Amino acid sequence: MTTAHALSRQNFLSSLSIFDWLYAALLWTGALYAFTKYGHYMDVYEKGFLFGAAAVFSALGWLWKPIRVLLLTVAGVSLFGIVDYQGDLARANHAFFLKYLLASQSAIMWMSTLFILATLTYWLALAMRSQFAEKVGSALTWSAVAMGLIGLMVRWYESYLISPDVGHIPISNLYEVFILFSIITSLLYLYYETRYNNRSLGAFVLPLISAAVGFLLWYAIDRHAQDIQPLVPALQSYWMKLHVPANFIGYGSFSLSAMVAVAWLLADRGILASRLPTLDVLDDLMYKSIAVGFGFFTIATILGAMWAAEAWGGYWSWDPKETWALIVWLNYAAWLHIRLVKGLRGAFLAWWAVIGLFVTVFAFLGVNMFLSGLHSYGTL
Amino acid sequence: MTPSTPTKSLYELFSSMRFAISLFTLLAIASVIGTVLKQNQPYTDYIIKFGQFWFTTFRWMGLFDVYHTVWFVSILFFLILSTGTCIYRNLPGILRDMRSFRAEASEQSLRHFHHQAEFFGTIPSTHALEQYLTQNGYAFRERPLNGGTLLAAKRGNLNRLGYLFTHSAIIFICIGGLIDGNLPLKVEQAMGLKHIETRDIPESEVPAISRLSSSNLSFRGNVTLPENDSADVVFLNVADGYLVQELPFRIALKKFHIEHYSTGQPKTFASDVVLLDKKTGQPILSRTIKVNHPLIYDGIAIYQSSFGDGGTHLALSVWNLNGPQATAMPLTGNIHDNTSIQVNQQTLRLEFKDFHPFNIESIGADTTPTNLGGNAVADHKNLRNAGPSFEYKIRFADGQALEYDNYMLPVLIDNRWFMVTGMRDMPNKPYHYLRLPLDPQSSLDGFMRLRAALMNPDMYPQIAQNFARSVLPDSQPDEQKKLETSTIKELAMFAHGGYPAISDFIEHNIPANQRDQAAQAYLKILELSAWQAYTMVEAQAHQPAPVQNDTTGWFLRDSLNAINDIQFYGAPIYLQLDHFNQVQSSGLQLTRSPGKNLVYFGSMLLVLGVFTMFFIQERRLWLLVKPGELLLTMSSNRQTFDFENEFSRHRQAIAKLIQEN
Repeated sequence: MTTAHALSRQNFLSSLSIFDWLYAALLWTGALYAFTKYGHYMDVYEKGFLFGAAAVFSALGWLWKPIRVLLLTVAGVSLFGIVDYQGDLARANHAFFLKYLLASQSAIMWMSTLFILATLTYWLALAMRSQFAEKVGSALTWSAVAMGLIGLMVRWYESYLISPDVGHIPISNLYEVFILFSIITSLLYLYYETRYNNRSLGAFVLPLISAAVGFLLWYAIDRHAQDIQPLVPALQSYWMKLHVPANFIGYGSFSLSAMVAVAWLLADRGILASRLPTLDVLDDLMYKSIAVGFGFFTIATILGAMWAAEAWGGYWSWDPKETWALIVWLNYAAWLHIRLVKGLRGAFLAWWAVIGLFVTVFAFLGVNMFLSGLHSYGTL
Repeated sequence: MTPSTPTKSLYELFSSMRFAISLFTLLAIASVIGTVLKQNQPYTDYIIKFGQFWFTTFRWMGLFDVYHTVWFVSILFFLILSTGTCIYRNLPGILRDMRSFRAEASEQSLRHFHHQAEFFGTIPSTHALEQYLTQNGYAFRERPLNGGTLLAAKRGNLNRLGYLFTHSAIIFICIGGLIDGNLPLKVEQAMGLKHIETRDIPESEVPAISRLSSSNLSFRGNVTLPENDSADVVFLNVADGYLVQELPFRIALKKFHIEHYSTGQPKTFASDVVLLDKKTGQPILSRTIKVNHPLIYDGIAIYQSSFGDGGTHLALSVWNLNGPQATAMPLTGNIHDNTSIQVNQQTLRLEFKDFHPFNIESIGADTTPTNLGGNAVADHKNLRNAGPSFEYKIRFADGQALEYDNYMLPVLIDNRWFMVTGMRDMPNKPYHYLRLPLDPQSSLDGFMRLRAALMNPDMYPQIAQNFARSVLPDSQPDEQKKLETSTIKELAMFAHGGYPAISDFIEHNIPANQRDQAAQAYLKILELSAWQAYTMVEAQAHQPAPVQNDTTGWFLRDSLNAINDIQFYGAPIYLQLDHFNQVQSSGLQLTRSPGKNLVYFGSMLLVLGVFTMFFIQERRLWLLVKPGELLLTMSSNRQTFDFENEFSRHRQAIAKLIQEN
């Protein structure tokens, strides 16, 4: 509730603490430092992204305070990892901190472990009605997010260590976006956790993230998908940095809404009802999460179309991925119409949100598995 | 209420949400069909997959190009209609609503609100309340009511604009999309003005009825240009044929570039193109087009879309694998061309398919274990470049064809050098490779001479004699003769049927308990005869005399294996690539899509609309101030949790204001 009120308050800026300003100053200093040091390697879009990121993360940190700690930790630890490489990739296999903690694969293993521990802890908390265990679950989730982000940051640097022409942001294939998915879904969940001041839904949301982690491990062990691969020409575009994250905010939000819907359906039948938030709160959360997801998914699809216009020769080619994005969009557009215009609530919409997850998963994974097309960057 | 007329009820239907949701569902189902059934494949593929009956049915339903069928486009039309009538129906109300403060509300109606609270006590001044409203982002109107003052306030008006933005966005996007779709073409086709060309004929012979003028509003076509070639048309793939789209300029390809990462994956595709004036032939501009960096000229966007071989020139040596010749015949050819040659009274048609300037291959299995810790870097030490290769088909008189894949450079296998050629009898199957050993001069000649000798019955007596004398130098002539006879017989058997012929012979003529021993003996005879044959042919060819060592031993064994394997090779010839002159081609896609800006504008509206709708909350609040009494009521167009919260927050805040007063 703080956010909505903060927004409505006209004296938002004056409500910021010294730490808020310090945090923003640090971000902008970092951005300026990067700009003066590496600016001549960047094109106009990358310069835009650099300062855009500083602006977005400043605002995000101001609106949701824990982000400040998270980002500063991730930045500090990632920089330590990068410096520890001393420009030599082989150090990942013998330097202590890199080998056991910070090299991208190690960090991602830590992320995976922490997510699974968080899931177990949230379950324990639900079973024992233990607020302490809930807090531990939260802390574990935050740590997992931090390790995941550190893993991605270090991986980004590693890709440049392989060869400057190989270097790219690690959101370019199915393996990398699964990490992104886990991180974004957790962050969305953690946001609602603080906003509603209720941690009991972790027991529902974290299992989904653990499933994603399970897939990630299978994908790495069975398919050796963890190797950093150079970018194919079609992916060498600034659009990737916009299209992919926007898409995963959408996917993450839809997933969150489905898990909340599961909680709603259980609570509606009296199962765990006393341990979960009220039906109204769950319903509201489900709606908000779909609304946020729909907004970002709309942006992502449009950005994807604009990218396609540059890479494939047309903003819409009825490629399977595009078509399924449209289907997902139509699905949630219909959901929102029914809810907002008809004012419908309850089991029907909750079931629909759960089914929506399957449609979304098909668009995200199924298309890669069963249908071929232009968008085959993550094959199974 | 006006009486219900057909027009009226149609209007009601189109503007209803039920209708819109049905269209969504229909659109989604149709889209699914288009992704499950691979679109725009050659019709023969569909016939093979579904059979004639279902092929005809599906084609009639347009399932092979769902997104351009009349019924699919009709869904989009109805979507525009539905959204349009919906806006028409709701817009006046929305605009009225946005302007209005609902200050005309009566006390009675206010008291019917679900969200209301009443306070008694010393009521703060209207001014203080107005200040409170302003602080909370509310605009308000004031009017006297029932001896008091009514403050009618509202916030988040823009929320209602979100409706207008999102819905008109859909209309803009659909119209833009329909402009860029092939709608006009469909109409022309239906009217018989245009006809799809299905024949494989030169572009210049395509009749006018299958050509589209350069003033065509929108198109998306492809053209493949070899280097140093040009075109002033593109081809639009439609159903089972194509149409020729004229361009307002001529486009020439100077050079196609492809760069690779060290792992062999492609890094850059780029074409140096020149646009030429169609009439004068004068260059207009020259640019390099890359993936993600199209060239836009005269409203036409030119994209790098594919690449291939543009007719690489090959200089080849044709080795006869079945005859007794030991020399090669020169031959030249171009990729994508066909040629016929005569070999052993057989006419073979050679179809040159493709050329690869290099082949990055992994040697041996990747033995590095999956590393779940440490860094994420693939070990690329097991990669190497196997050099150029070319693919061709040999078509026999009966129309059957086999596919071949020949490498230009020798390959090191088990520390010996071989020329490698792959064969397969079906596309998409893996190649089976034949390995031809290189002689100490690193040439195929030694093997070919040996092969020719072992294929030539006239040579057998001499080979057998030399062999018999070398192994039985002190024996009786009749014993030597006996060995000679059986050697000749074995050589003939090997020449006709390879190892299997010899093993067949052993199986039929030797008792079971002696077969292993016999097989050893026969192998020994074959190898030693081969040695004799090799020394003979090398002397005849004035080559240095072969040295008796391990290397020569392996060379002979590999040669025998190769001669044995040739019978499974299918073709009587081996093509050795001596030189090549690579010519690449670039596939360009040219599009004109005037609807794009409309679609982008619609998209912008859509995002704007979605965010105003979801993240700006509309609130209405009334304060009826009377002496000693204050009535607070609230309403919103969305009954959300946040609204409940906001109501209780205002109730508490106002209660506090009254207390403080």
